Amino acid sequence: MKRHLISAADLSRADALLILDTAEELAQLADRPIKKLPTLRGRTVVNLFYEDSTRTRISFEAAAKRLSADVINFSAKGSSVGKGESLKDTALTLEAMGADAVVIRHPASGAAHRLAGWVKGSVLNAGDGTHEHPTQALLDAFTIRRRLMGGPRRGPQGGRGGLGGTVSPQNRGGLGGASPRANTALDGLRVTIVGDVLHSRVARSNVLLLSTLGAEVTLAAPPTLLPLAVSSWPCAVSYDLDSELPKSDVVMMLRVQQERMNAAYFPSVREYSRRYGLDAARMARLPDHAIVMHPGPMNRGVEIAAEVADSSRSTIVEQVANGVTTRMAVLYLLLGGTEFPAVTQ
Amino acid sequence: MTGARETGPDRWLIRGVTVAGHGGRAAATADILLSGGSIVAVEPGLNHSGARVLDADGLIALPGLVDLHTHLREPGREDAETVETGTAAAALGGYTAVHAMANTDPVADTAGVVEQVWRLGRAAGHCDVQPVGAVTAGLAGLRLAELGTMADSVARVRVFSDDGRCVADPLLMRRALEYVKAFDGVIAQHAQEPRLTEGAQLNEGEMSASLGLAGWPAVAEEAIIARDCLLAAHVGSALHICHVSTAGSAEIIRWAKSKGWPVTAEVTPHHLLLTDELASGYDPVFKVNPPLRTAADVAELRRALADGTIDCVATDHAPHPVEAKETEWSEAAFGMTGLETALRVVQEAMVDTGLLDWAGVADRMSIRPARIGRLAGHGSPIEAGVPANLTLYDPASPPAAVVPAGASKSRNTPFAGLELPGRVVATFLRGTPTVLDGKLA
Repeated sequence: MKRHLISAADLSRADALLILDTAEELAQLADRPIKKLPTLRGRTVVNLFYEDSTRTRISFEAAAKRLSADVINFSAKGSSVGKGESLKDTALTLEAMGADAVVIRHPASGAAHRLAGWVKGSVLNAGDGTHEHPTQALLDAFTIRRRLMGGPRRGPQGGRGGLGGTVSPQNRGGLGGASPRANTALDGLRVTIVGDVLHSRVARSNVLLLSTLGAEVTLAAPPTLLPLAVSSWPCAVSYDLDSELPKSDVVMMLRVQQERMNAAYFPSVREYSRRYGLDAARMARLPDHAIVMHPGPMNRGVEIAAEVADSSRSTIVEQVANGVTTRMAVLYLLLGGTEFPAVTQ
Repeated sequence: MTGARETGPDRWLIRGVTVAGHGGRAAATADILLSGGSIVAVEPGLNHSGARVLDADGLIALPGLVDLHTHLREPGREDAETVETGTAAAALGGYTAVHAMANTDPVADTAGVVEQVWRLGRAAGHCDVQPVGAVTAGLAGLRLAELGTMADSVARVRVFSDDGRCVADPLLMRRALEYVKAFDGVIAQHAQEPRLTEGAQLNEGEMSASLGLAGWPAVAEEAIIARDCLLAAHVGSALHICHVSTAGSAEIIRWAKSKGWPVTAEVTPHHLLLTDELASGYDPVFKVNPPLRTAADVAELRRALADGTIDCVATDHAPHPVEAKETEWSEAAFGMTGLETALRVVQEAMVDTGLLDWAGVADRMSIRPARIGRLAGHGSPIEAGVPANLTLYDPASPPAAVVPAGASKSRNTPFAGLELPGRVVATFLRGTPTVLDGKLA
């Protein structure tokens, strides 16, 4: 495991499983009356946010605080040269304050990468431009694993074979699913990611992480919203969402950004919604056990219909809860002291 | 400032140098006698009485290099470069003439600005500075600048370019091409279709997809080149294509030349050596416009330079202050320095690969760029009677890592730390050394 978490590609399969298993252990904590561990007492975590993202910031803040770290929130909007302090100068300032970890959200792709060259502490990428958002992918993998690979009947290998008729009730509607056994990956699961892949940091990180964990990822989108070189990615591509749904274990809907709506990526919001939006009729084409995910915030009525978002298949609220747990695991493993493998038990 | 150098009474005897052949002649070892600003003799065993002697055993003599594409930044961005520091860097790189691009502040779109730049070049004295005039007023792409007035000025402007921006309006481009026929001018196009490259950061391909940077597609360059070749043929005017960066562009230019159309083209040293994979660490020192492309493009550009489809190497030397590069990729300035490393890169990419001999280097880095720039007194093959503009180069100097610190005010070289062969030993401008033993004379 590297010192920083900038890209999901930084994680080996063993690293990723260690994070997920650690998160499972930490999840037990959420059920206790006192939710705090002393692990990171005396360590300083800075949340450096150049974009408004209350949900992600709060999630990281809660994660760090539950591990007893000191948290400094640094909101620095207007990052461009000439408008304010340069990223490098900000980095040197944080360095001088003794930040052990910097969680950065930034509108420019590669900002986390650059920051890592300027600070001694760990850098956690909380979303950089249209590049990556690795903790989102981790919490998505955690959520998928709980929903589809958890429960008593699921062996460590899980996988397609067992999914057909043996899904237990708590895995379908139940809040959060059940803890899978340690070291369970996502081998053979079929995940379809739908929407604006071109501009999505969530999609990039998920393609990398989910394929590392053995899932078969398919991107379903209009050709205008896929990178031209997408064929070099470890995933399949489809322009036809309807044909993908019956074979999907997971459907992950991406947000359609407002600024794409008038930039010739698609003729109209209505047409986008008609071809790539997940409504009740489309949801009915999914296998019974399949789940529906969304990283939030949603455009209800555009990429996802309200009845889908609120259905029992939807994991959207769980994803938020799991975000805190997963980020705790990442902070714990990056800052918890020694090398990654040393904390495994 | 080193002050103006006059053509002194100095006589120089360059002894035992290998003179790059030309016109089919093989390279040969000879002595070269310089006097009164000219080459007076090129033959073995010359008498050296009264002349200062430079022992050039093992060195190659090239006609002084000519750069068609240099950003000297003065007036306006003297924090990045000045005519003095930029031309000193040029001399150290073996150049005796550079074309100073028009995107200064104020823009070189009037006789006043081009004459100022020309005079600053004369005063610095490291090499000749030939100003390039803007095609459109303020580089705004809306109406023609006073091209004829700049042509008639002391600066005698013949090359016009909005470099940094494309003359995107096809009608304006047609008119510019036609208009400069009156004074044997040439339009040097920065080929970049603006709508296809809005916000573009990096070559559109695997790297841009995985890095999440907006792609700069090859077609945005190629579409403009194709259009402008057709326009040049239609009106019978000289078109020059700046910094060709894609395999497809080379193919279009090859086709246009096969028709006999008046089209010339340049390639930069960095596009002959580097690829977009260098962007993987988001270090903006590798951010340039047009962007670094793929290994397949690099191979095709080398082939096109070797077969003459691409006429010359031009540096697109683009100095920037540290803060313009020590930032997020998308905030960083486009451009890299190149004057001090160009010849070494060309040896690495073209000579040591067997694609070009030294006569070919003389042709692509001096003779042809001088001809395209309509520059008198430069780019003459080394023989008695021509102005003594010379570059002495040691190709056998062991490969050494490029250090960013040089004469340029800026440090944004993409070659820093890279081991390159060769060394510029001396540069002569009209018989007077501007560089001796690799240092400013």
